[in-house]
Amino acid sequence: MIVVLIETDAEGVTETSLETLRFARDLAAEGGGVPVHGLVVGSVPDTDELGKHGVSTVYVARGEGLASYSAAAWAAALVEARERTGAVVLTAAGTPRGNEVLAHVATRLDVPMAANAVAFEGLAPLVVKRQVAGGAALEEMQLPARPAVFTVAGHAVEARPADQATEAVVEEFEPGLEAADLVGRVVSTEPGVPDQSGDLRSARVVVGAGRGAGGPDGFGAVSELADLLGGQLGVSRVVTSLGWRPHHEQVGQTGSRIAPNLYVPCGISGAIQHWAGCASSKTILAINTDAEAPMMTKATYAVVGDMHEVVPAIVDEIRRRSGT
Amino acid sequence: MADVPTRARVVVIGAGIVGNSLVHHLARLGWRDIVQIDKGALPNPGGSTGHASNFIFPVDHSREITDLTLDSVRQYKEMDVFTESGGYEIARTEERMEELRRRMSSAKAWGIEAELVGPEHVKEKVPFIETDDIIGAFWTPSVGVVDSLRAGTIMREKALELGALTVVPNVEVTDLVVTDGRITAVETSGGTIETDTVVVACGVWSPRIAKMAGAAIPLTPAVHQMISVGPIPQLAERPGEISFPIVRDMDTFCYERQHGADMEVGSYAHRAILHEPDEIPSIDQAKLSPTEMPFTQADFDPQLEQAYELMPDALGADGAEIRYAINGLLSLTPDGAPILGETPEVKGLWSAAAVWIKEGPGVGRAVAEWMTHGSSEIDVHHSDIARFYPHQRTRSHVRARTSEAFIKTYGIVHPGEQWEGERGKRLAPMHTQQKQQGAHFFETVGWERPHWYDGNEALLGEYGDRVMPREHEWDSRWWSPIINAEHLAMRERAGIVDLTAFAIFDVVGPGAKDAVQRTVVAQADVAPGKVIYTPVLDERGGFKSDLTVMRLAHDHYRVVTGGLHGMADKKWFSDHLPADGSACAAIVDVTSAYSTIGLWGPKARDILGRLTDDDISDGGFGFLSCRDIEVGNLGVLASRISYVGELGWELYVPMEEGARLWSLLHEAGEPDGAVPVGIGVYGTTGRIEKGYRAFGFELDGERTIVEAAMQRPKVKQADFIGREAYVKQREEDPKTVLCTMTVDDHTSASGAKRYMLGGEPILTRDGGTLTDGHGHHPYVTSAGSAPSLGKHVLMAYLPPDEATLGNQLAVSYMEELYPVTIESVDSTPLLDPDNARIR
Amino acid sequence: MVDVLVCVKRVPDSSGEVLLTADAQAVDARYVGSTLSDHDNCAVELATQLVETHGGTVSLVSVGAPESVEQLRSALSVGPTAATLVETDLRDFGPADIAHEIAEVVRAHAELGREHDLVLLGNDAADTGDFQVPVRLAHALGRPVVTGIKTVAIENGRALAHGDSPDGGRETFDLPLPAVVAVSEGGVSPRYPTIKGRMGAKKVEIEMRTPTREPHGSGRVRLTLPPPAPSTVQVLGEGPEAAPAVVDLFQSLGVLR
Repeated sequence: MIVVLIETDAEGVTETSLETLRFARDLAAEGGGVPVHGLVVGSVPDTDELGKHGVSTVYVARGEGLASYSAAAWAAALVEARERTGAVVLTAAGTPRGNEVLAHVATRLDVPMAANAVAFEGLAPLVVKRQVAGGAALEEMQLPARPAVFTVAGHAVEARPADQATEAVVEEFEPGLEAADLVGRVVSTEPGVPDQSGDLRSARVVVGAGRGAGGPDGFGAVSELADLLGGQLGVSRVVTSLGWRPHHEQVGQTGSRIAPNLYVPCGISGAIQHWAGCASSKTILAINTDAEAPMMTKATYAVVGDMHEVVPAIVDEIRRRSGT
Repeated sequence: MADVPTRARVVVIGAGIVGNSLVHHLARLGWRDIVQIDKGALPNPGGSTGHASNFIFPVDHSREITDLTLDSVRQYKEMDVFTESGGYEIARTEERMEELRRRMSSAKAWGIEAELVGPEHVKEKVPFIETDDIIGAFWTPSVGVVDSLRAGTIMREKALELGALTVVPNVEVTDLVVTDGRITAVETSGGTIETDTVVVACGVWSPRIAKMAGAAIPLTPAVHQMISVGPIPQLAERPGEISFPIVRDMDTFCYERQHGADMEVGSYAHRAILHEPDEIPSIDQAKLSPTEMPFTQADFDPQLEQAYELMPDALGADGAEIRYAINGLLSLTPDGAPILGETPEVKGLWSAAAVWIKEGPGVGRAVAEWMTHGSSEIDVHHSDIARFYPHQRTRSHVRARTSEAFIKTYGIVHPGEQWEGERGKRLAPMHTQQKQQGAHFFETVGWERPHWYDGNEALLGEYGDRVMPREHEWDSRWWSPIINAEHLAMRERAGIVDLTAFAIFDVVGPGAKDAVQRTVVAQADVAPGKVIYTPVLDERGGFKSDLTVMRLAHDHYRVVTGGLHGMADKKWFSDHLPADGSACAAIVDVTSAYSTIGLWGPKARDILGRLTDDDISDGGFGFLSCRDIEVGNLGVLASRISYVGELGWELYVPMEEGARLWSLLHEAGEPDGAVPVGIGVYGTTGRIEKGYRAFGFELDGERTIVEAAMQRPKVKQADFIGREAYVKQREEDPKTVLCTMTVDDHTSASGAKRYMLGGEPILTRDGGTLTDGHGHHPYVTSAGSAPSLGKHVLMAYLPPDEATLGNQLAVSYMEELYPVTIESVDSTPLLDPDNARIR
Repeated sequence: MVDVLVCVKRVPDSSGEVLLTADAQAVDARYVGSTLSDHDNCAVELATQLVETHGGTVSLVSVGAPESVEQLRSALSVGPTAATLVETDLRDFGPADIAHEIAEVVRAHAELGREHDLVLLGNDAADTGDFQVPVRLAHALGRPVVTGIKTVAIENGRALAHGDSPDGGRETFDLPLPAVVAVSEGGVSPRYPTIKGRMGAKKVEIEMRTPTREPHGSGRVRLTLPPPAPSTVQVLGEGPEAAPAVVDLFQSLGVLR
């Protein structure tokens, strides 16, 4: 028996939880077709969807103590679900919550836990392959104890409905919680605010400029582009070293490490120390005269050309389309 | 990405400062189809150039390095990438002040404006420095910083504009193809390039690349630690990269260099941290770049404290943080000089490695000229890759010597200073006997050579003040008055000199005569049994060497040359052997086959006479002749020649018989009081009294036979390398003249008598600057005692109008002037001008 | 006054390509060197800021190789004033073993009168990525714990901890002290050391300890490397003519306002 901790958001079951269900189903099939159960805390689940993804029984933990998130309380619920089912595997998505709750579970049950599994290698004993070193390496790890506790790394497997949908049964229960389980609960939540305040590290768009800017006066167009995109200006080390821009704008090993949705480095060759600071960007559009520059080869998209010509053209194009 | 061409006139591997400079100068000199590749991306492929601190202090004690630096600065200025900041080398001790005075000598000798200043001068220009521990400083206003990456791009672009160059970055060399001893192709990750000329300009990777062709570039990657501290308000408030002078804190082996709002602190004080060329990370494996290794903080900690104490207000400023710290890799060589020129192992494979930012463009020009014309305007023989003997190319030697040298980067190095490690490698057959005689060994290219013998100490009493004792510690370091005592004993009786360190190679075969004739200046078509002493010139008429050649048979010449330059000489002869098969010749290195012992002095003939029945009279065995004779029960090749100006012979025996000959000569010499004599006499005092010139001191590629006053009445008819240039030089008035001077008064301001060691500037009597026709300023090429004359002798090239007998000038030593008088304006010796003693 | 203990771990720097040791049991730091992770650095910074605000002391503890002293000294140079190293080969240590040893240090310090009110850790180790030491430590000490925390404030003897909620908002936890908090990077900017800081760090005597029990193990069989990702750059064009294609891209990414 496998119990999967299922996370939900405003749109229902999260994608990573569906992925975890797929992983669990594959493992269950390998283990002779044991059932896969789900545990949902608090909210009412979409049982149809869970059934499509092969969940036999949906355990819904309810109770006053579960009104707001507390890892320890969620862990208590999962431990109780395990007791109800006799599950030999407890798993969750490798999200911050998934990892936190399962760490509590493994600690309570005094068994090991494997974080961020991407595959399983064997069943006797169970060996999972999991991400380590930030995903740069994989570890094969034995989980001989029962229950086996692990989380499944995001996008390790593709979410897919089961070949045969099940008729998911809902079983509500109120786990027994102790006061200590509620000490670490969320006491308040504020909605996220898009950050435009100048904090480079949290900016969603960063427009970068390097030595190619040519001098302290060479940042006009890139600043304008950053404004149009609601982003921040970031610069390379040489730019701050030369005193062209202040240090707080520096991206790189010795400056800020950024992780925007879009990074647009202009005239930055991509020295390795700079790369270290921007490698986490989701999409990189590099603009540089040198098509062979490391930034250009590592980027998602590239434009070969002089930033002083390309960037104003982009600004004009944006203005033209928005009619301003 | 540009495609890798399949053919090239020349392939330059590496796009650091050296490779970039090289492609520019090759293109400028007319080369086309140049292909430059680098495994990294442009403009910073990840080598040492990319993390260099990029500052230039022009004054070095080496003329070669200084000239390369000055040429580089000129080029950087032309490219508009040089920013002058000025620079201080500060002294915390009196010993360092003395060294800075010596630096003043070098500055004046090389014509660089510099000044010794007090702490207040430093404080004025660097207000945030603490001067409590500073007693003085060496101020060079022309110190500056360069943008070496920008310079590289500009130089590549110039070659591209000429249509001479294809640059392909991100391509790795996978193999070098050698066919019959010549490079024929470069195999790369982007395809094969056929070529017959390849330059390895790969910095710390050079050994790895050269090894693919079976050649050695004996350098090692070594760590230089640097941190960057900032932002510092005092620096940030001024615009631009640098507005404060760079400070070299010589006694803590550190420098402080402004870089925008940051202060870079670099250190040469830590333990030598060497890496293996094969174990440098790839670009992807590296944290920053392959040559920016992880910082090892503990090694830097002592320097941090010293730097902080020197600039507490700046380095301790609010908000000033250590923002960047690396163990930067740079290239070190066993003798500290770059490694330039065609490898002796593989024809067409050149090295341009172990070069600093300050020399890069100059080296690029010199190597390009060398590749084009066979020689360069700036003499770079100290950097010639051919200089290394096999043992000097070993990894173990490179590691040991660079480890020992690292701490001397900012150290006070005496010109006579000896290495402590890697000793006892090449031992003469009489080495054990020499140890019993109390030999003080100096090392030359691995050979242990007695410099003087403590066993001769009794002579000091015999000669008293004639040994010209030196009271100052610096003047007498690596020196002994016994040298001068041995000198006097040789001049009065006889001296026995171990010359095993000679490099000896035979030129043999039907083409031997033509080969030697075309390589040397003197007439080589002499009868077998004759000895010639001759300059060897390059195509431009500069000195390539000076050496002796014995004609042993019609098809057999033996070349004898100094150990230091022997390997380069051998390569030069090899390179100029006749190429056609009709009259071929071959070079055979017999250095390790023969031990040589010199026997000289008025009693030499008596002593040798006791050991041989052969006719060794002047009539029977004339000067400049050689022959096999019997010495006791040994067969000996005797050559009547002298570098010390005395009657006598060089005696060549098989190496294994050297010890026996050494004993025989001492036994036979005892009745006449013959003594073993060290290289202190042979290399300095003996020759300097006779005005004999030495390669590397008076003679080098920038000097001519005429300037060295070594011309003979006629030029031989047969063609030889440099003949055309030499004939032209003879027709022109010399721009400079080699003169011999004696010091009139040694008394310093403190009353102590001081003795110059070489390298000091020659000035007018009242300290005015002299300039010769080349625009050079005179400096002492050789200095030494002339015990037979009771004088201290200096040699220097002087402006022709100053080169008059009796002209009174001055030498500046440790920033004091000493009067000197010109005693010879040509090669006329100060001692025995008629050479009567040699007969 | 607040007494903060920050747990840090010597890990290979993560900015270069990852290499494995010959026995495939660990990430090889030979080219990149060793460092503290960003999470750890943020935890140190957070602790330092708390003590700057409230007074008190920041201590460090690490479990690992003797060379971890280098990382302790690096961290000491930005604020903390004491450090403990439980010297061991981490090869056979799992997260439970590490948590156990840190708990032993906390208890030992308490017996000496050094009560650590707040124990901060990096959210997860940059090399082994276990995500458990904070929770197991808290369990061993019987203290509350929260993870994924960006900032911490101390008010009236309680820790107000802020982290990201799953929907991108900000959630707050309110813990009584003593507590354990696992810190994620991003809430504070770790400072670089100053020279004075570094000089001071050198003088701190590091408390050396040895493990109190045999490790239970990590379950590790071996490490492997995933296949490399190929370069997939898509060139949108050359020069100013590429502008429309660029703006098309901006629109598809939804970054245009």
